[in-house]
Amino acid sequence: MEIADLERHPAVERLRAWNPRAAEEVSESRGEVAIGVPRELLRGAAERLRDDPALLFNLLSDITCVDRFPAEPRFELHVHLVSIPHRARLRLRVRLSGENPVVDSLLLVWPGANWMEREVFDLFGIRFEGHPDLRRIVLPQDFEGYPLRRDYPVEGPR
Amino acid sequence: MTTVETASGPVQTMVLNMGPQHPSTHGVLRILLELDGETVVKAVPDVGYLHTGIEKSCEAKTYSQAITLTDRLDYLAPLSNNLCYCLAVEKLLGLEVPKRAQYIRVMLTELTRIASHLVWLGSHAIDLGAMSVFLYCFREREEILNIFEMFSGQRMMTSYFRIGGVAVEPPPGWQKAVERILDLMPGRIQEYEDLLTQNRIWIARTKGVGTLRPEDAIALSVTGPMLRAAGVAYDIRKVFPYSSYDEFAFDIPTRTESDCYARYLVRVAEMRESLKIVRQAMAKIPPEGPIKADAPGIVPPQREKMKTEMEALIYHFKIFTEGFAPPPGEAYQTVESPRGELGVFVASDGTPKPLRVHVRAPSFVNLQALPQLVVGRLIADVVACIGTIDIILGEVDR
Repeated sequence: MEIADLERHPAVERLRAWNPRAAEEVSESRGEVAIGVPRELLRGAAERLRDDPALLFNLLSDITCVDRFPAEPRFELHVHLVSIPHRARLRLRVRLSGENPVVDSLLLVWPGANWMEREVFDLFGIRFEGHPDLRRIVLPQDFEGYPLRRDYPVEGPR
Repeated sequence: MTTVETASGPVQTMVLNMGPQHPSTHGVLRILLELDGETVVKAVPDVGYLHTGIEKSCEAKTYSQAITLTDRLDYLAPLSNNLCYCLAVEKLLGLEVPKRAQYIRVMLTELTRIASHLVWLGSHAIDLGAMSVFLYCFREREEILNIFEMFSGQRMMTSYFRIGGVAVEPPPGWQKAVERILDLMPGRIQEYEDLLTQNRIWIARTKGVGTLRPEDAIALSVTGPMLRAAGVAYDIRKVFPYSSYDEFAFDIPTRTESDCYARYLVRVAEMRESLKIVRQAMAKIPPEGPIKADAPGIVPPQREKMKTEMEALIYHFKIFTEGFAPPPGEAYQTVESPRGELGVFVASDGTPKPLRVHVRAPSFVNLQALPQLVVGRLIADVVACIGTIDIILGEVDR
């Protein structure tokens, strides 16, 4: 897809109409469209994407994180969305600093975000503001450290 | 004990710890049930007992080595996992897989779906007291596992799909073995249906149990047979086709009742649809042709060439010592696994080892809906509801 086509992507247009800063970067690679959203606008953007009749991204497919340590901002939150009515897929990308990795929870937009966010919290230590039950999910509650961070050794701490 | 307010005044509740060793939890799932008598007031699933850090382990392996770990996620459908991971890496590399390999993949993943649904049906039935169905289902599943053994040498942890194609040429006589299954299965599926579909106990235990409204199912990110039993015809094979699924004619079975019985009917119908796909795939697979993409440096060279050609030997050595490095970027690939939308997210930083491999496990996400299914119902229904989600703890905990 050409850059100009990407700028006319319905999700990009609708988000920019709502807030000019909402879609700060748009990219397309390997047939997947990704929109970079500023951290503080994620919740608002998610609501628009779910409710706008031209978009209707009603199914939250996945939330995951990539740690680009030692680059800064080191964390990238990837939110994969599906619009069942429009047969479309979209990825939102939010960059988070290593100092203070906090982002608004999407739980109120898609209740399915509950365990996905708990998993990212558990393994990356990213805090989701507004999540009512942000506990570790696969690791024991008293576990120390966040194993999927790149500076956590594969064989565990020595 | 705590006190909760109900319509008939305040009552004392008790907390029952179900699992992690309870046989009906299909592995090591623990559920904290808050009960008012026998009625569930609150249910809190607790997972993680089988966490093995597969995603982290993938980061320490080359792209090809990580395939063996994907088998261990959903151990009842290893080929679906292989397929999803390989497709994600192929997307990252921009690799075109030969049609012959694509059809072989389709045929084997559909057989996987049947085998997985058979285990589901058998164990769900035994949970609800129907012993004989369990034995029949495992008898047929064994036949399908024999086919996997023919192809890959392994009954379960096949690792048969590789990046760029499949591992080895299909074994001689595979058509006969698959043909046998195709002739056998329709009658056998009818047998299970004869035992269950009109069975009064089965109906009493499953009809109207564990209902989930379609809008709630979508909001909770529920996919697969659970979503289709709620009337939403969302199947990745049709909506976002992969591996040439768009060339196959098949239907998406849906129901609207959205209870345990509807999910049973959807899965049984899916087995029949899978047989249709296997039959078409068999006809499509050409007797000869490449089974691996032509990509030196990524796909290992043929054994014979490796022994006779210098260049092939160098590629062979490089692939198995340092691997290959996809261009930096990310790819997210989803497939319709027997349990729902299986997704693999792979991020590359341009080195031979992945920066990140993430698995969107369908039963992990579907299990979130359990409290919705069981609250207000009896403990006995909890067993039916866990079974109907079709969880695989290897995939839930990863």
